[in-house]
Amino acid sequence: MPETYALRRDPEQLLREVEAQEAYERRGRLKIFLGYASGVGKSYRMLDEGRRRHTRGEDVVVGAMQAVTSVEVQKILQTLEVIPLQRLNGGERMDIDLILSRRPQVCLVDGLAYNNPPGSRHAERWQDAEELLEAGISVIGTVNLQYIEEYQEQVEHVTGSKTTETIPLGFVNNADEIEVVDAPPEECIERFGCNDPKRGTAASQEQLSQLREIALVLAAEVVDRQLEAYVRRHGLEQLWGVHERILVVLTPRANSTHMIESGGRNARRFRGDLFVVHPGDPYFTPEEKARLEPNLALASRLGAEVEALDGSDLVTSVLQFARTRGITQIFIARNTAETWWERLRGGDVDRLISEAEGIDVRVFPS
Amino acid sequence: MNQSAIPSRGSLKIYLGYAAGIGKTFKMLEEGQKLKREGVDVVIGYFEPHGRKDTMVVAEGLELIPRRKIEYRGAVFEDMDTEAILRRAPRVCLVDEFAHSNVPGSERAKRWEDAQIVLDAGISVLTTMNVQHIESLNDQVWHISGIRMRETVPDWVIRQADEVVMVDLPPGALLNRLRRGAVYPPEKASKALENFFKESTLVVLRELALRQTAYEVDVRTPSPETETASSPEPAPPAGSQPLATAANHDRILIYVTHDPLSAIAIRRGRRVADYLHADCFAVAVRQNGGGHSSLTTVEREALDKHLDFARNLHIETRVLEGENIAETLVNFALQRQITQIFLARNNSRSGVFRKDFVRQVVHLARDIQVTIVAERHRTSEPR
Repeated sequence: MPETYALRRDPEQLLREVEAQEAYERRGRLKIFLGYASGVGKSYRMLDEGRRRHTRGEDVVVGAMQAVTSVEVQKILQTLEVIPLQRLNGGERMDIDLILSRRPQVCLVDGLAYNNPPGSRHAERWQDAEELLEAGISVIGTVNLQYIEEYQEQVEHVTGSKTTETIPLGFVNNADEIEVVDAPPEECIERFGCNDPKRGTAASQEQLSQLREIALVLAAEVVDRQLEAYVRRHGLEQLWGVHERILVVLTPRANSTHMIESGGRNARRFRGDLFVVHPGDPYFTPEEKARLEPNLALASRLGAEVEALDGSDLVTSVLQFARTRGITQIFIARNTAETWWERLRGGDVDRLISEAEGIDVRVFPS
Repeated sequence: MNQSAIPSRGSLKIYLGYAAGIGKTFKMLEEGQKLKREGVDVVIGYFEPHGRKDTMVVAEGLELIPRRKIEYRGAVFEDMDTEAILRRAPRVCLVDEFAHSNVPGSERAKRWEDAQIVLDAGISVLTTMNVQHIESLNDQVWHISGIRMRETVPDWVIRQADEVVMVDLPPGALLNRLRRGAVYPPEKASKALENFFKESTLVVLRELALRQTAYEVDVRTPSPETETASSPEPAPPAGSQPLATAANHDRILIYVTHDPLSAIAIRRGRRVADYLHADCFAVAVRQNGGGHSSLTTVEREALDKHLDFARNLHIETRVLEGENIAETLVNFALQRQITQIFLARNNSRSGVFRKDFVRQVVHLARDIQVTIVAERHRTSEPR
């Protein structure tokens, strides 16, 4: 890994870690197959994994399976023990009581976002899965991007249609493993005639591409979070990843609006994160500070994390911030009015350039 | 592949992964089997079973073009027989390991170049590669894994692919496969586990592959701007829309020297240019008159190598002449409406001079942004 440091840990923290570890070990493992639409082959991949585990001697049951399935899926289903869905109030739900008493090692749960019929213990199927996990049963399940609550607005924007079934992103984030099931849109259309027969195929291909991209970035973000957790668990501090993180440094004479917009555009294009920092009071006169306000509002609108930096030494505090956040690019405005004194000690921008090891520095016209 | 007319050039589909053993070849062969069932004339041009049973089973029944034997320094190597593929002229050809380097003395240095010949003959190609073989990611991969990939594919070749598909597998599952001996024989597996297959390395490479695939999907999605999906547009700046768009069109200029860090600047500049949909140029400046600053033969060769490298990445190159390097560079940038100049970082050997040079460029650049590209150290000295 890049630069790593051992972090100091206090006994309290160690105890909490041990307790968390024990709780984790009692729980079942969760693996999620994520797809961007119906027809990418999530259910097949889930069952295939179940089949392979079964042949390796694990005790596997199918807890829930969607009704419409392909020939390949049917073939695997015949080799596995299936716990039938329960009919209730005109709907279907997973028979968790039966599964809990059967106590398999692994339970396959297709369509984690399904709504349970009224009168069920839990409103949604992922909550049933959660109960199985709590009981120490591992779950392998499938999720379609469009059902992830935090992404529904984005998906609606692409497809123009709403869904009522949801699964919180937190559930996906907490999975031990997430695996993307990727396939070109043509293949989904081929296999399932696309998601929705009401929409024409020509328009759908483009929509599917957009959903596909969102799903891939979502998976990358889940992986990124897992990496952070891994790094923390191993007491390491990782300083440089693959996720572009852009830091815009606002200084009094900078054309802040331009820099923030450019930072936002770059962050969007790289599917990265935007950070905006500005030095504290000694650097800004009250008028300059007043001018700063609308720019900070713009930064927030663009989704930036905004922070005021302490300390009288701008370069040191910027670099400290950059290193803890894994910044990959720093945007800063050129110093036009360099005094003889600034020139002598090298000027902030020059110092930043020479000290920002491992980080790109982009100098903007002021 | 379902076009009615015979295409002049075959279509290219890449199965992209992040490590050996995640199932790229398997996926490619599965697709080959599916095509065969559909009645498509498909052959295996080259595939590397690595002694993996699953892979060999899924290859059964597909026509295999025999490999060609090449003698090199007294040893016999086997490689893809491109001529034989062309003679056989199937509709679709499966070509494993796109980034593979051919045996020295072959007609073409890289397998992806052979694939180009096959594509040009109107044959569609399915192929496999890992994200770490993408040229512009070379420095990042080095940084992540500590390994300098020698086998790379230029980004523009990947851009030509009609389809890039991610083959995913969580690192934990990959490590299990490796430990079970399903990827490599035992002695090679334990070595791999110690080196490349560290969990943290795999996690980062996987993220890189996911992001790269998302990017490949993005550039192939036929809408003008797919940004609407990710976040709200910034408040439109004053001025008409066309003007704003023009102002947003980036033109990147990479300054190239004989210094090894130039390669890093070229890769980074290329990558940023691709993401920003920007034009990309590279220039070197030959200083005229300066006696002591003229290049040695070794340095001149290094500079030529960097310019070649830039051209291989489809970057337009120029060699300028001038008395003052910074002035010559910036004047060219101003003439060409460059919006961003990319410079390599200071090299410690000539620290004072370079620092001055960077400062000069920044000072002269006026409305042009100047990016000083980080030297992505593998390991930094503790400070």
